[in-house]
Amino acid sequence: MALSTKDVRDIAKLAKLQIKEDELGHYKQEISRILEFVEQMNQADVDNVEPMAHPQDMMQSLRVDEIAETNQREKFQKIAPATQDGLYLVPKVIE
Amino acid sequence: MHKLTLAQQAKALAAKDFSSEELVSHYIKRIESHDEQLNSFITFTPERAIESAKQADARGAQGGILNGIPIALKDIFCTDGIKTTCASCMLDNFIAPYDATVVTKLNEAGAVSLGKTNMDEFAMGSSSESSYYGVVKNPWDTERVPGGSSGGSAAAVAARLVPASMGTDTGGSIRQPASLCGITGLKPTYGRVSRYGMIAYASSLDQGGPFGVSSEDCAYMLQAIAGHDARDSTSVDQAVPDYVAGLNGSVKGLRIGLPEEFFQEGLDAAIAEKIQQACDVLKSLGCEIKPISLPNAKLAIAVYYVIAPAECSSNLSRFDGVRYGYRCKNPTGLEDMYSRSRSEGLGEEVKRRIMVGAYALSAGYYDAYYLKAQKIRRLISDDYRAAFNEVDAVLSPTTPTTAFKVNEKSDDPITMYLSDIYTIGVNLAGLPGVSLPVGFQEGLPVGMQLVSNYFEEQTLLNLGHQYQQHTDHHLQMPKEFE
Repeated sequence: MALSTKDVRDIAKLAKLQIKEDELGHYKQEISRILEFVEQMNQADVDNVEPMAHPQDMMQSLRVDEIAETNQREKFQKIAPATQDGLYLVPKVIE
Repeated sequence: MHKLTLAQQAKALAAKDFSSEELVSHYIKRIESHDEQLNSFITFTPERAIESAKQADARGAQGGILNGIPIALKDIFCTDGIKTTCASCMLDNFIAPYDATVVTKLNEAGAVSLGKTNMDEFAMGSSSESSYYGVVKNPWDTERVPGGSSGGSAAAVAARLVPASMGTDTGGSIRQPASLCGITGLKPTYGRVSRYGMIAYASSLDQGGPFGVSSEDCAYMLQAIAGHDARDSTSVDQAVPDYVAGLNGSVKGLRIGLPEEFFQEGLDAAIAEKIQQACDVLKSLGCEIKPISLPNAKLAIAVYYVIAPAECSSNLSRFDGVRYGYRCKNPTGLEDMYSRSRSEGLGEEVKRRIMVGAYALSAGYYDAYYLKAQKIRRLISDDYRAAFNEVDAVLSPTTPTTAFKVNEKSDDPITMYLSDIYTIGVNLAGLPGVSLPVGFQEGLPVGMQLVSNYFEEQTLLNLGHQYQQHTDHHLQMPKEFE
């Protein structure tokens, strides 16, 4: 499956990535090659095959609803790019 | 001291032939004098190591199974207070606020960490060339790659800069570098070892495991790290056997299958010959060798390059420049901050996989890519299940070639992907696998992979141990690092 430059722009947007104009061609080529490569999956007959999402046939385990973790806000925020008054700062969203 | 295996060092420490402080100091000197050639460490922590070694010496006989033993951790395991980068610019400033469960368990067992090892960025790669901190070199030939993604951990053990180390394996990232570096590497069953605090790449495939000189060394390491963890709901609540004590079991009568699909085109003839010689050794130990078939194995790489990118595109969405990690300079708005932080902070291969995954999961393409890949994943897994009705282990080469040159494949992702042809199916099925050194081809190590049924790590370790009692390939050391 060969992608167009527009496809690559759309995928990058979905993935929240900014790809420079002069790099679009390179990504287009590489991703198209990978998609062409995985097309060999069409050789397999998968009628009536259950999809396998996970290597284990187990149910999600549940635990008692008790507090297991303590609040470590200061420790966590020490590694954040920008904080103030215990809050994470991001660029202004609403004018 | 570095010529001893981990198991021998553990016995020597117990007998007080030398102290942990002496042993750790010896390795610190080796790293200081030799790692410049290899670039196997990202973060080296000698002061902490000496401190831990003194504590281990004070514990003495009260210590755990790895008491006083130096190790290194792939820089994908979170370590409280020490930088954890995943070899990415994105996490260049990241100091985890907690320890991975594997790290806690290794500490409890008394192991002494010398630092964090280099790798492919976010564990995406087969050569350890995509690290933000530079290429890792193979100690057998420093013009060649050590394999990947856990290349730093493998190169460090091969050069005896540390007796054992931890890696992670999503498509072969322990077994392939073990093979290319001439050491032993074990990928446990999915769920045998906790993934808590191990930075996620593809969550249904990732599994942590050890590198050591010998199979016995890997048994010591696995003993320390295996077991259920309430913090990882995919870790399995199943008793951990005494792997070290189990090493002396006979392998007589074990049935070993050779998948005919793995001995066809693309395999280097000299490697096929080494594998044949290894089979002869196992036969002489009483194993029965027979042909088997894994008919869907040829599709494993294609399936992997849909499933792993899909999972990675979700997992890596957490890197948004808000709570930790890289944030771009002067963002013009929230959207600009997200996309520019990610674009500037992540490397090319990582971005490529995120985009492939985003595409495969997007509306209109989900069935053709992701759902189909999951169905073939079932077929590949069923092939192994059928094989284990007839045999106790599946034997193949670990890789189709020996270590390749730096830059030889880095411009061509597909060729790079193909170097994991024999290992990837094992992750898709969730099975355990080990790579063992079986000799050299033009001075470069050749590895053999053994795969067993779920939770049958003991079978692999024991086969490896018995094989290594009758061969000395695993004890060979690269000359420059003796």
